[in-house]
Order: sequence, then C-alpha cells, then structure tokens
Amino acid sequence: MKIHIANGRLIDPAHDIDQQQDVYIARGKIVGIGSAPDDFVATQTIDATGKIICPGLVDLAARLREPGFEYLATLESEMEAAMAGGVTSLAIPPDTDPPLDEPGLVEMLCYRAKKLNRAHVYPVGALTERLEGKRLSEMAELVDAGCVAFSQANTPIVDTQVLFCALQYAATFGYRVWLQPIAPRFGHEGVAHDGEVATRLGLPGIPTAAETIALFTYIELARLTGAKLHITRLSSAEGLALVRAAKAEGLDITCDVSINHLHLSDMDIGYFNAHCRLNPPLRSQRDRDALQAALATGDIDALCSNHSPIDDDAKQVPFSEAEPGATGIELLLPLALKWGQSHKLSLLETLRRVTINPARIIGSKAGQLSLGARADICIFDAEGETTVTRERLRSQGKNTPFLGHNLPGKVCYTVVEGKVMYAEP
Amino acid sequence: MPQLPDADTLFAALIEQMAPHVNDDTALVGIYTGGAWLAERLHEALGIRHPLGTIDVSFYRDDYAAKGLHPQLRRSDIPFDMEGRSVILVDDVLFTGRTTRAALNELFDYGRPARVDLAVLVDRGERQLPIAARFCGHTLATPLGGKQNLQLEKADNGSLSLRLIDA
Amino acid sequence: MHNPQLNAHGELQHLLSLDGLPREILTAILDTAEPFTEVAEREIKKLPILRGKSIFNLFFENSTRTRTTFEIAAKRLSADVINLNVATSSTNKGETLLDTVDNLCAMQADMFVVRHASSGAPYLIAEHLHNTRRHDIHVINAGDGRHAHPTQGLLDMYTIRHYKQDFTGLVVAIVGDVLHSRVARSQIAALTTLGVPEVRVIGPKTLMPTDLNKLGVRVFHDMREGLRDVDVVMMLRLQNERMSGPLLPSGQEFFKVWGLTPEKLAVARPDAIVMHPGPMNRGVEIDSAVADGTQAVILPQVTFGIAVRMAVMSMLGSN
Repeated sequence: MKIHIANGRLIDPAHDIDQQQDVYIARGKIVGIGSAPDDFVATQTIDATGKIICPGLVDLAARLREPGFEYLATLESEMEAAMAGGVTSLAIPPDTDPPLDEPGLVEMLCYRAKKLNRAHVYPVGALTERLEGKRLSEMAELVDAGCVAFSQANTPIVDTQVLFCALQYAATFGYRVWLQPIAPRFGHEGVAHDGEVATRLGLPGIPTAAETIALFTYIELARLTGAKLHITRLSSAEGLALVRAAKAEGLDITCDVSINHLHLSDMDIGYFNAHCRLNPPLRSQRDRDALQAALATGDIDALCSNHSPIDDDAKQVPFSEAEPGATGIELLLPLALKWGQSHKLSLLETLRRVTINPARIIGSKAGQLSLGARADICIFDAEGETTVTRERLRSQGKNTPFLGHNLPGKVCYTVVEGKVMYAEP
Repeated sequence: MPQLPDADTLFAALIEQMAPHVNDDTALVGIYTGGAWLAERLHEALGIRHPLGTIDVSFYRDDYAAKGLHPQLRRSDIPFDMEGRSVILVDDVLFTGRTTRAALNELFDYGRPARVDLAVLVDRGERQLPIAARFCGHTLATPLGGKQNLQLEKADNGSLSLRLIDA
Repeated sequence: MHNPQLNAHGELQHLLSLDGLPREILTAILDTAEPFTEVAEREIKKLPILRGKSIFNLFFENSTRTRTTFEIAAKRLSADVINLNVATSSTNKGETLLDTVDNLCAMQADMFVVRHASSGAPYLIAEHLHNTRRHDIHVINAGDGRHAHPTQGLLDMYTIRHYKQDFTGLVVAIVGDVLHSRVARSQIAALTTLGVPEVRVIGPKTLMPTDLNKLGVRVFHDMREGLRDVDVVMMLRLQNERMSGPLLPSGQEFFKVWGLTPEKLAVARPDAIVMHPGPMNRGVEIDSAVADGTQAVILPQVTFGIAVRMAVMSMLGSN
C-alpha cells in the first residue's frame, strides 16, 4: 500500500512546519515529504486540496472501558470513535476492572488493541495495587508489559507515606507519575464546584482547595523524591498557579486540561444538567478563562479529551447521583480548534497541544511527521463543521455537555501506520 | 343595536317585585362583580336584617379546565348561617344559567338553605340550563347572540349602568 | 436558557423552584391563595376545581407531614390523591426514577408532587415529561435535597404578607442551618424577588454555604447583631444527625449560641413575628417560651400552607 496525499497543507508542530506539501507513505512509514522517493508509485492518492495534513492526534486520557466495563463501551466501539476523531495514539488510565496493576492485563489490552489495528494504545499502569493506595504495583514489570507511566486515576492515595514511597520508587526508574489533584478527604462528598452555582442549586460543593491541597502535597513530595510528575485535568486558576510556580522552580512537572474544563464552567450546569457532572468539577468562568490562557502560553502542556463513555442509565438520574464523566474523543480536534480560534492562535500552535506535546509526556515518538516516522496522520477540513449529535457519535457513550453544538473542523481521513482507517462518509 | 334600559329604572322595578317577599329570614348573596354591586344596593333599599353575602363562583365554573382561574379571584364571604335560611341570589344579568348553577353549588357548600330565589336586573334569554329568575327587572325581547356581553358597570360616583361590549 | 418551569406562554407549567420565577408569578400565587383560605371555614371544605384529576404524591423520602398537607390541599380541590412511598417500594426492585414516572404516566397521572433526597430530581422528571411530549402533566417540587421547597417558601411569603402587608420595607432574618436547608434557599429566592430590602442569615460558619452573599443576603454569625430591629425571624430546623459531628459540637451549644430565646428576640422589633417550617426542635432552635409566645405565627403558617398549595395546584391544573 503506497499512499500519496496530494495538494494539502502540511502542519507538523514538532518541526514547526506549516506549508503546502505532499506526503508519501509506504510500508506504514512516511517515505517522502514534499517530493516522492525514487520509483514511488502510489496505489492510492488522497486529494487533500484545501485540507490540513497533520500528525494523528495524541490523547492523554481515553477510557476504553476494557476490561470490566464492556457494557459501557468496548475497544471496538471506542477505536472507531478515535478514528472518526483523527486520534491515533491514546493513553489509557488504569481505572478498569480489574485495574491495570498486573502485567498480564496490560499485555492483553495491548494485544487486543494491536489486533484491531486502529489507534496505538499507551497504558498508564496503576501506581498501587488495585488502586487501593496501600501496596506498590510492580512498576518495572508493568513497563515491560507496555505501561508508559503510573497513575491513581481518580482515586487519590489517602496515606501520604504510601504516596511518598510510590513517588520514590517511580523516581528510582525515572518513570513519570500522573496524578490527578484530588485531596482524599476534603470535599469528597461534593458533586459540583463549591461556589455560587452549587450554593444556589443546593449541590454539595467541592472546594478549589481540594485541588490545591493535593497539589501542595504532590509538589512537595516531588521536591523530596525527585519524581517526574504529570498533573492531570487541572480545573482551577489557583491549582494552575501552583503548577506554574513548580515549573518555574525547575521541577520536572507537566500538566494537562480536558476539553470540558477548557470550554465550560459551573454556569453550564444550568438546571442540573447531568452531562456537566464531571470529575474534577467544572469550576467558575474565571477558572476556565485562566485555563484557556495557560494552554495558550504553554503553562498547560496538553489538551486531552478525558474520554469516559457513560451509559444513559448512569446519566438520567438526579445530578448528584449521576456518574461523573463525558464522552469526548471525537471532540478533541474540534474543541482544540474552537479554543485556538478564540485565542487567535495559528493552527500550528493549536495542534501542538494535541500532537507533539502530549506525545512527549507519554514519551512516545508519536505526534510528528518526519521522514521514517510511523505514518499516523489526520487530514481535516479546518473550514468544515462537526455537529455533535447522539446519532453521529461513534462512541458507545452518547453523553457529553456538547450535544447539539456546532464545532469547527471536520476530520476527513485518518491514517494509521500507512492505512486509511477512516474516511469521511 | 337595541336601546338599553336605564339601570336605575330597572332597579326600582326590582325593588317593587321583591319587597313583598322579604322578611326577617331573608338573606341576600351577590355574585361578583356586577351582582355584588346590585346586591349591596338592594340590601340597603330592602332593609335586609342579615349581613350581605358575596361569592366568587370561579372555583365552581364548569369552564375551569378550558379557561383556567380568573386572575383576580375574590374571597367568598357568607357572614350568616346558611342552614335553614331563605336566600335570594343576586346577579346583574341572567344569560346561559351556568353562573347561577355554579353559585347554587357553592351556596350549598355552606349549608342547607330553606329556599333559594334568583333576582336579576336583566334577563337576556338564550338559556342553556333549566334556570329562571323569580325577580327580574327587564327581559330583552331579541337575543343578542354570542357576539356581545351585557354587563353592569359602576361609575366612580357609584351610579350603575348597563353596557354592551363586543365579546 | 429555557426555564423549565414556564410554558411557551410564560405561565407556570411546573413549580420546581422559586429561584428564577418572576415577581408577577409569585404575587399571582399569593393572590390566588387568598380566597382559598376561606374554604377551610365552610361546612363542606371542598371545591370542584380538580374533580377527576389524579395527583400522585411521589415521595422518595419520607415526610408524613408535608405529604399530608399536599394531600389535604388536593382533596379539598376534589382531586383523587394517590400516595406512593417510593422510598420503600420500587427503588429496591431496581426501577429507576424515570421508570417509575413512566409507569405512573401510563396510569393517567395529571400531576406529580415530588419529594426527593437529591437536589434537582423534580427537574429531571419535568425534563423527561417535556422530552416525551407529555405537556399536560405537571410537577410540584415538595422538597429536593438541599435545593428547594417552593411551596414552603410561598406559604412563608403568604404569612409575612398577611402580618406585614408590604414586603418593601422589611428586614428579615433566617436563622440556623442554611447549608443543608432547601427551605432557606426558597425563602431567600422569594424574599429577594418580592423586594425585601434586607435579608439576613444567621448561623455558624460551618452551616453557611460558600458565596451565600451572592444570593443577595447579609451573613451574620452573632444572633444579637443579626436580629437587631428585624421585622421577621424565620427559624430553620436543625436535623438531629447534624447536631453533633464535624459541623457542630452539640445541640445544647447550638441552642446556647443560636437558639431563639425571649432575650435574643428582644433585640428584634417589638412587633416582629417568629416563623418555623416545622417540626420544631424545642430547646435546640427555639425556646418554648418563644414557640408558644404571642409573636409566633407557626400554626397560622400551617393553615396558610394548605391554601397556598391549593392555589398552586389549581393554577397548574389550568395552565
């Protein structure tokens, strides 16, 4: 299979390239940019006139719900969603059932994913056994099995001594630890940002301090242990300030924000819209504005979908009882473009947050288009539009706060290892 | 348009009819709004012993489901014991009979009167229920049809007059 | 944003919360309640307004008292009342809230009176009725989580108007556990909408929700400061399970600091009225001398509550 992508505008943030160039693919790799190698005879030519050619997107958090929650989603359904979203690499949080705390499970997941031959998966292993925050997981074994980092997902470690040891142990090998800033025993009964909206609606609040208290602890432990941290799903301006200061201090810390927190605030809860029941909670408009600005300055490294398919039964209940989370992998590109447009950023800078930056956090060579690189490519129409409806979402989870929205950008082709795995219908 | 009779003339005629039938046992109940004004004047002119009652029949109307509650509901007020009383129900205009039906239903929720008579200033005919006024100031010779409402109006100086309004 | 309480004509479709209802609608409900108060004095305390209508009391949380007041109101309007104590029936069988609603709709329900432990549950039902195009079915919120108890808020407003006539010159204090109180939220929404210039809340910091001042109230922690020259004192109930724990050391200490005693009430205006949504904890929120005193209007509140609920039901039934 030899593919010639013709007449498109190539944007590769990793190499600061934004120009009209053709791309040539053979044997799953990029064999030519700008000019074809000798003897190249395309078996397929994709006309990308007026379209953008960029690296396949890299998503730092996509729950595929396997193993354990196959009633919510399966690898098959969610991989189709990833393809429709132009996402070719995904990091998978360890909160499956059982959690990703055993090499065998991780190997099975990687094997299943590889057989499907869609997006590449990068499992994030459980930092502690069963995510219980008591005993360390076999980190070295898990890395051999395919894990790229370690995390507690949404279950913070209660015992600070254990967290300290886990960071020390991970630092022994130089593994990056991904932590969601949640204080284990503060605001844990809350369901919405502790502010005017929650007060008005009578929803138990989660104070911003639940994020900052956790960050103070994490950053101090990172100082003590030398562990590399990745802070996941920042939600507040105050939390952001702590991460920014830690970076300025020289600590090896990266962070991300989700598409939901980048665009929404607690005002969007409106009259108890359960689609806005998220973890962390949507915070104030001031927080959202700070997150948007920080993603533009680079203080926040990456944007992720925090894709969490949830079925209707878990959402069509009163707000407090609803399962937190939203589907999102198909919205990553459109919502990145929407943010980029509103901040008047170039496509190059916009795409950097969903390609090379997250790839570097994972420690992968994905997210770039260079000669010899794996041919994972997204071709999209920046002038096109994505309308979010239950019918059009490929994910088995149909619940997102963006239902009914018209978003900028439309994925036309998704190429994985030199094969066209999605073509716009 | 038919010439409307003078309200004061009709009022005098009504008093003449009613006076022989009023005694110590008689109580007057006016139906909001026109009937209540009329009843107030009758009450004084006839020297009724029991205090005047007034009712708002909105709660008892049969078109509640279609029309809903009137935005300005009045409080019904029956300041005498209904049990065994001889009641004269007073309304300004008798038309379909539905208002009278509602008023009768409401009266009986206060107790069991010995008898109930109906007094109206004008009977415009076109009844839809088997109801008749015992005392009536005037009967319209030609039906107005459904296009016009006939109602009593009260001026700032307290004088009453009849008016036709397009429905 | 579409207000789920109002229909396309701006009329009341459901009563879910007082927050977000225009002043005209609040006033119309209070005005409509006025003639209903008289019905209780009749020999036959029944009006034919909702004859043939089925009203389901859907209580996912037990409350005999509230359920009874709705039941009386519905019966005085001649409706058929069906009480469902869902807390003990279908949820155990795995049926969801909306399954239950669909089932009752199939039994030709005309109105739901909903009590639920989760804030927003009646909104979920109203939204579901909207999405399934059952626009002729109405929902009354009889208390949802910490969010709202609109009929209680309305009967409180009726009581205040009855004794004070006008809202626009009043100073009103709400005392106690505002954090967990749906009653307080409905009172605050109604008082501010009806033009009360000064609404105060008084209680310990542990029982005050965040950003309460943004709801248009002044927050006090000291009783004598907060009660000074007020026209109306609205006490809140303190739930037993909250009297000792991380929020409060004990019911006794709460009474000592925030309980309404004749001494503390003395700093209010001499004609101040004292209200309580019931049931009262004597010796915790309120001293018996105040509860049984001449300034208390706690029993009239209950009587007015029936008329207000009749007014709401008859207005919804005709919209």
